[in-house]
Amino acid sequence: METFLQQLINGISQGSAYALIALGYTMVYGVLRLINFAHSDVYMFGAFMGFYLANARWLQSSLGTSVAAAVVVMLGAMALSAGLGILIERFAYRPGRGPARFTPAFWFGILGAAFGHLTGETVASTALGAGAGVVLGVIVEKAGLRPVPQHSRLALLIIAIGVSLFLENGGQQAFGADPKFFPPIIATTVLPVGPLIIDSQRLVVLGVSVALMVLLEVIVNYTKTGKAMRAVSFNLDAAKLMGINTDRIIAFTFALGSALAAAGGILVSLLYPRIDPLMGVMPGLKAFVAAVLGGIGNIPGAMLGGLILGLAEVMAVGYGQSTYRDAIAFIILVLILLLKPAGIMGKGAVEKV
Amino acid sequence: MRRKWIFWLAAFAALALLQATLRGLIGPYNYQIVILVGINIILAVSLNLINGVTGQFSIGHAGFYAVGAYASASLVYYGGPEIRPLIAFLPPFAQNAVLLLLGLLAGAILAGLAGLAVGIPSLRLRGDYLAIVTLGFGEIIRVLILNVDAIGGSRGFAGIPQISNFFWVYLAVIITVVTVHNLVNSSYGRAFISIRDDEVAAEAMGVDTTRFKVLSFVISSMFAGVAGGLFGHYTSFLHPNSFLFTTSFYLIIMIVVGGLGSIEGAILGAVLVTVLLEVLREFGPYRLVNFAVLLVLIMIYRPQGLLGSWTLFKRPKAAAG
Repeated sequence: METFLQQLINGISQGSAYALIALGYTMVYGVLRLINFAHSDVYMFGAFMGFYLANARWLQSSLGTSVAAAVVVMLGAMALSAGLGILIERFAYRPGRGPARFTPAFWFGILGAAFGHLTGETVASTALGAGAGVVLGVIVEKAGLRPVPQHSRLALLIIAIGVSLFLENGGQQAFGADPKFFPPIIATTVLPVGPLIIDSQRLVVLGVSVALMVLLEVIVNYTKTGKAMRAVSFNLDAAKLMGINTDRIIAFTFALGSALAAAGGILVSLLYPRIDPLMGVMPGLKAFVAAVLGGIGNIPGAMLGGLILGLAEVMAVGYGQSTYRDAIAFIILVLILLLKPAGIMGKGAVEKV
Repeated sequence: MRRKWIFWLAAFAALALLQATLRGLIGPYNYQIVILVGINIILAVSLNLINGVTGQFSIGHAGFYAVGAYASASLVYYGGPEIRPLIAFLPPFAQNAVLLLLGLLAGAILAGLAGLAVGIPSLRLRGDYLAIVTLGFGEIIRVLILNVDAIGGSRGFAGIPQISNFFWVYLAVIITVVTVHNLVNSSYGRAFISIRDDEVAAEAMGVDTTRFKVLSFVISSMFAGVAGGLFGHYTSFLHPNSFLFTTSFYLIIMIVVGGLGSIEGAILGAVLVTVLLEVLREFGPYRLVNFAVLLVLIMIYRPQGLLGSWTLFKRPKAAAG
């Protein structure tokens, strides 16, 4: 019984972290009907941003290791990741919906930067390469070679996989491929509650996740932007006709989801401090499973799915099936989808003839 | 009938000739790439059957590839010493051929059964739900393999007899392409295409959609199993990490970049992606970064894939997915 309760606590905190990542998947799916595979790498990016902020000298000298510092690290990483999310949406997904200027310039710039860094290995050569790429991209665009709108959903999916590959491998270049260790930005104290041991990290993880989820619910349900998000998710074209700036709402959705993923990245790093550029792959996939489990596109569903998944995994590992850990998420997914083909809280689409 | 015989004889002769000379002509490194291209063509063309032709979005192909690879390898590894004495009267190369064919048969059958086991429950689902369940099954298969000690588990399966080569890989490529091409042009193929284009209408016209979906899935899995067998017997080492869901992603990339629904597109995609990944080794650490950017650019400029629905051989017109 004691082990069970202990595992329950661990599972809930693990699950709430999954839920935070799952929310980003489900929101983006809601507005674009797109499985945003790059989301798992935004989670990784968030953890790394937290890592660099927490180790930043100016922050340590001014705030030290205090709650204020932890809050700054968290909010900073969330803001930076939101920026990344907007960037991804703008240059990878928006070209499929309509004119998106400077798209070739952006990607050619990256290719140029990689080439410049490879040949010169200096900041100057990288910048020169990037500049040349951007100029080339602008010329290409002016010459009339514009991205084709009207992408099929499959093309968007491949783009998402491409962005994910880009972030993982770009991350290995930018952050280094070797694992790093996330600093303990919150002092660890162990609280014995009866026979149970609850460490403060887990409480923080749980508390912050719940707070963020409540905040999200408030934004989605009680603000004007949230209303617009729901409208876009309900029917993009109709929302556009009603005068909603759908591109802005979609960008906002990406920002919101990415910020939550970054928060998830930092919270998980508090529990498991080892971070590396490929750390997002498995948690990301499982969070996506959690989103599908709850009914993709459904925000409370994603929270529920994350919780179920976290609990199941921690229980399975706790009771000695750790070698099957990575399969458990999928086994649960298969079982639930066989019974409820649209997820636990999802609405099955009605077949129209 | 006679033209058919001439085609196969010519194919055999050409393959045998190339088998004898190719490695010397292009060197072992390029030879290996050629083999890899062949295996990827089989995988892409078979995946295209379920994704492009039948329109069921599966991203778990690596799982069936793995089942075939491990089944074939275990049959030859464990059964080989028993079978060889029975066929000792044959010259060694023929013994190898018999073993390889038995292994591939086992791989195809087991992968087909896995396809059946996965297909029957999951093909009730649609679109993205189907996609994630197939992905899940692929991962479940990988984790199961990881936990079976007799086939190496997490250490990997080493010491598999190295009996597949250019001849067998490309013979399998030809058989796959011809089979899938004929299948697509048969009444079965029309049923597959009708399911892709409009499932409700297909059902109303009397197509048993469930049966055809499962059939397409099983056939697709069997070819993936053959590809797995050829791969294992070429590299003589298998590791579950070769069959991660990322492998399925690369296969999806191949068929979409080439042009979904067209066999030529799948072949082009397989060749292009495999060769591109090798050529980009020039860029050292930036290999995959550049690959990713190129992928995004291709999809932004050519969302319908490089070939779109263009085909080399005459065939009922295919709509882009």
